[in-house]
Amino acid sequence: MATTDDVKLIGAWPSPFVMRARIALNIKSVDYEFLQEQLGTKSDLLLKSNPVHKKIPVLIHGHKPVCESLVIVQYVDDVWASDQPILPSDPYDRAIARFWAAYIDDKWFPSLSGMARGPTEEAKKAAYEQVVEGLALLEDAFGKCSKGKPFFGGDRIGYLDIALGSFLGWIRVTEKMGNLKLLDEAKTPHLVKWAENFCADASVKDVMPETDKLAEFAKMLMAKAKSAPPN
Amino acid sequence: MADNKKITLLNSWISPFGIRVRIALAHKGIEYDYKEENLSNKSPLLLQMNPVKKQIPVLIHDGKPVCESMVIVQYIDEVWNQKSPLLPADPCQRAQARFWADFVDKKVYSLGRQLWITTGEALEAAKKEFLDCFKLLEGELGQKPYFGGETLGFVDVALIPFYLWFSALEHCGNFIMVEECPKIVAWAHRCMENDCVSKTLPDLEKAFGFLMEIIKKQRADK
Repeated sequence: MATTDDVKLIGAWPSPFVMRARIALNIKSVDYEFLQEQLGTKSDLLLKSNPVHKKIPVLIHGHKPVCESLVIVQYVDDVWASDQPILPSDPYDRAIARFWAAYIDDKWFPSLSGMARGPTEEAKKAAYEQVVEGLALLEDAFGKCSKGKPFFGGDRIGYLDIALGSFLGWIRVTEKMGNLKLLDEAKTPHLVKWAENFCADASVKDVMPETDKLAEFAKMLMAKAKSAPPN
Repeated sequence: MADNKKITLLNSWISPFGIRVRIALAHKGIEYDYKEENLSNKSPLLLQMNPVKKQIPVLIHDGKPVCESMVIVQYIDEVWNQKSPLLPADPCQRAQARFWADFVDKKVYSLGRQLWITTGEALEAAKKEFLDCFKLLEGELGQKPYFGGETLGFVDVALIPFYLWFSALEHCGNFIMVEECPKIVAWAHRCMENDCVSKTLPDLEKAFGFLMEIIKKQRADK
């Protein structure tokens, strides 16, 4: 199809949402130019390409922008349709994958953020409990979706693997900085194994940030937030 | 791929999310069993079929549940793919449709609710955000009759159920939608010319009365 048009991705290496787009492009072996935004500023290209939300990632394919990480993943799957499908082929399996991806974005990720950004210690603890509960649900979903295979998508990484796996860097940082376990061999053994397989996959390993580097970035962000003038 | 397997919809008549699914089913001419849920006393079936969120709508197709309104709408579009597609075939247009349906999901419900629970300055701020959001949608609609182009599409289905809220929101926010967003109101009337919308949307007056009761109660509870 439009595989000769050039592909650019506006993003930043720490963002799990940007990582989703990069994994999808890697799965399809699409060459792209990665345009990194600087922390604290938004480039003119970003503001022009995503005037509604002004957020990364933005995929620009032949000068046309596509915004929202999961919209981008589905777009990449639609355009480069012949190689390695990302969404399952069965409509019911697709609905299940989409349901869990929506759950992750609408419910689970805000709780993960809440562990660091909650206004009180109580709120942070409540967020932690929601994260753990969510992972238990996802452990159960993994059993049903994977049908004994290594990924939610089966033999290969699929839509739901990308939706959840993109947060593994931040999960590990949260575990390290909070000195706690989110993925646990006792409670979520399948997800622990899945996480290893996901991070080792060819389409993921070069775009998953190292935990230490991400932790340094997180500390820097927190320091910035603390020193910002109160409003 | 359409089949004769049994279809049941668990729903609540006033829910905009449930209305989306009902419009999609009507658009495709699909027959189904309808079960009205009492949301203050959820049925064992609902809790079993949507244990994660315990919410309507839930579509049960051949015993298997599908949850989340726009996930259900996509499922319907993919299974009954022989006629009246809701998503376009072109990947770029599909991405646009998904983006704007996601925008409706992120903004319209929560901003609308802010209008009916806030007062004073907070209400004025909520009203501005709400109207800005609809002006953006007018921009996306442009000169097209529908967001889907010449016929109803994915974004139209996502947004039209909120037409039910307009009168109640006008009342709370003290504005007139047709003055603020004339294109959106024209679009809504155009959607109502389609049977799958006009025969599905609850009576506007009944909805207005019901919503005003809820709003009164929520304000009294504050």
